[in-house]
Amino acid sequence: MNRKVHSIAGLAFGLVLALFAGTGAILSVEPALERAQARPGGGSVAELAAQVAARHPTVERLERRANGVVVASFATPQGYQTARVDPATGADLGPWQPSGTMSWVRDLHRSLLLDDAGKAVAGTAAAVMAVLGVTGLLLLVGGLGGWRRLGRPIRSSGANRWHAVIGRAALAGLSVSALTGMWMSLATFGIVSDGAADTPVFPEVATSASRAPVATLAALREIRIEDLRRLTWPAEGDPTDVFGLQTADGAGYVNQATGALLNWQAHSPAQTIWEWAYRLHTGQGLWWFGLLLGASAAAVPVLAGTGGWIWWKRRAARPRIAGAMSKAEIVILAGSQGGATWGFAATLAKALAAAGRRVHLGAMDDAGPMPAAQALILLTATYGDGAAPASAARFLSRVGDMNRVPVAVLGFGDRAFPAYCGFAETVSARLAQAGWQELTPLARIDRQSVRDFARWGAAVGDALGLPLKLDHRIAFPEPTPLKLVRREVFGCGVGTPSAILRFEVPQGATLPCFEAGDLLGVVAPGADAPRFYSLASSRRDGFVEIAVRRMTDGVCSSYLHGLEPGDEISAFIRPNPGFRAAKGRAPVILVAAGCGIGPAIGLLRHLRPGRSSVLYFGIRDPGSDFLYRRETNALLADGRLSRRVMAFSRTGERARVQDRLRENAEELAHQIAAGGQVLICGGAAMARDVGEAFDAILQPCGLTVADLKAEGRYLEDVY
Amino acid sequence: MKKLASTTGLCLTLALLATPALARPVTITTKMKPYGGDGAYLALYLTNAQGGYKGTLWVSGRKAKYWSHLSSWYRATRGAPAGVDAITGASVGAGRTLTVTVDLADALIDAGYQIRVDSSVEKNADRPAEVVAPLTANGRRQAVAGRGFVQSLQYDF
Repeated sequence: MNRKVHSIAGLAFGLVLALFAGTGAILSVEPALERAQARPGGGSVAELAAQVAARHPTVERLERRANGVVVASFATPQGYQTARVDPATGADLGPWQPSGTMSWVRDLHRSLLLDDAGKAVAGTAAAVMAVLGVTGLLLLVGGLGGWRRLGRPIRSSGANRWHAVIGRAALAGLSVSALTGMWMSLATFGIVSDGAADTPVFPEVATSASRAPVATLAALREIRIEDLRRLTWPAEGDPTDVFGLQTADGAGYVNQATGALLNWQAHSPAQTIWEWAYRLHTGQGLWWFGLLLGASAAAVPVLAGTGGWIWWKRRAARPRIAGAMSKAEIVILAGSQGGATWGFAATLAKALAAAGRRVHLGAMDDAGPMPAAQALILLTATYGDGAAPASAARFLSRVGDMNRVPVAVLGFGDRAFPAYCGFAETVSARLAQAGWQELTPLARIDRQSVRDFARWGAAVGDALGLPLKLDHRIAFPEPTPLKLVRREVFGCGVGTPSAILRFEVPQGATLPCFEAGDLLGVVAPGADAPRFYSLASSRRDGFVEIAVRRMTDGVCSSYLHGLEPGDEISAFIRPNPGFRAAKGRAPVILVAAGCGIGPAIGLLRHLRPGRSSVLYFGIRDPGSDFLYRRETNALLADGRLSRRVMAFSRTGERARVQDRLRENAEELAHQIAAGGQVLICGGAAMARDVGEAFDAILQPCGLTVADLKAEGRYLEDVY
Repeated sequence: MKKLASTTGLCLTLALLATPALARPVTITTKMKPYGGDGAYLALYLTNAQGGYKGTLWVSGRKAKYWSHLSSWYRATRGAPAGVDAITGASVGAGRTLTVTVDLADALIDAGYQIRVDSSVEKNADRPAEVVAPLTANGRRQAVAGRGFVQSLQYDF
């Protein structure tokens, strides 16, 4: 529901909101610019009024603007003029002319240059902005797994990530702008009061008295310049006229002969509320706050663009193949959040159709009776902390409407999340409870692993009695040609042939954007799926580097090991934004084994020298497979690496990295308490052992690896 | 070219304005300066030679909560006279021209009466009595300059 409202409101009003926010961002600098022109000082209003009147006998108005600039208006033979005056001395500081451009932008912002009709659009846009803020906040809370995790790192990539990160940062500012804008709009249309009519009654004054020097007027002597809003002089030669006085607290009149304050009226609650709404919306009188709001407003065009893009991608990802559910032998229902699960479901549906089965593919929300079905297959992602994804929100309430057939549940997720495949587990448990029979046991796919998907497909094929080959192709980016320029081989003596391969782009080609820890996708000749290798370099390094261990039956690793300098391959980058060193100065703890050293080196190369960083590196034998020995020595020498702790498993010590971690438990606990971040690169078995070691190390601090993971402080790049 | 902001023929209910037989239509044309900004609120009203208020001819700007900025007129009328809605129109944009036609008693002409204009522009300024035009037969078609947002005012009958 939130998503639907958020999408519709965003799509319908995206451009309009971008216009209002863009103009708002421009206007937000005005208070700061004006503030820079304000002069300090000043005594009483009476004093300054007398100083100004001495210079300009025709002065008609003295005003202290919200940002502290004091201006005086007076008649001259050429017409009225307004001058900035020094509040301390009353001296002229030059003419005061509001910027014509800013006025135009303000009119555009307030009314689209269309008067009341435009003002109604502006008010509506403010309300839509508020709705987008509320629904966006609820979506963020759901995605991050609860209110208390709202500040946690956002683990998604591309437009989704930017939309969430920028939206979260701008949320507070945009909420203030939207709510105050709505209030001011309601006041414009008289639905709420702005107190503009709450003005004091004009006083009756005797005609006989004559004007006293303004410096002597008691009421004006009591008011300080900082509290003045506006003082208007009585008309020349009209003894019944009075000074008009507005201050920060209220408004009234001052008798020009006696100096008495007349008909004083403090600001009404409506005026006070409106003034605060105005101040918080415009930043007038709160210049720094205005700049913050302006920065938030500048995010709106970006949010509109990324939001539209996300919507389009999600829409495009939904497949259009679907037979009738009533006739299908096999019903496939997908629960998808970002659209990726739809892709997998479509591959499955096509493969089953190719095997001669009548298939229906639909959303889990469309679950219902399946009269011809022999099997039900559910593929579902998980949203946030175990919740249903967008297309499965109503599924659990529909289980009762479905006839029971053998069911297979496949969960998609990211092992780094605490609620990994949580919704798939919920669905599986609910169906088991309702007496559904399993076609295959619940299975989980980590980070869209195509290989695991194919393996699961084979199991489903067996259960259905048909050969099922799932060849899922994720749409990969355009490959780049890469030329091998350097090749170093280690570890041949200890049974782990590992190569550091450095590529450059051939002349005429450009290097794509990537960071250390992103993945290089390589399709070996004759292979049908890419293999991914963690990158040991960033684009800034000017080359693409990976560390590859040759596996005995590995087609791709053998292919890469067989390359000679000068050979070309074609490869593409897959971003891995979840695996990055945090910004700042907190300690960095890198744990790597074997070729896992690659991404660790890539991260270390760009750490700021002096930042505390420790590398725990496990190899077999320093005489054989010590990858990056020279490079780590150099990093130690120039301070980018503070300490290197080695573990050798095939020498007398027979140590593994987790042993070294336990030995340094106290130091590690200390570093983590100081906000340190742990990054682990290596095989799955090593990552599991390291996780156990860290749980033991963290126990005295009352922390677990899962806690650190939820904060983005325990990252794994595991293969 | 400046557009005509408003053309209205109306009968004023001023006590002074005698019977229609002794009255004549007077067209008042108010041309605004290109001051740049929101539409101006205007009050056109009649006073005696001492500035004593006699009656309202026309008000531009429909939001009554801003009328206090037409300060001389507002003060004299103690917050707008009854029935003013019937002689109220839209605010007048910068550079535009307001044309109104009112029926005025013959007795008001060449009798020391004045047409006055108070003006106010949001976020700009209030200009009470920025135009003071004596109502005389000789003054017909003579432009009187304004001291604020009004370029000129002239009347004809």
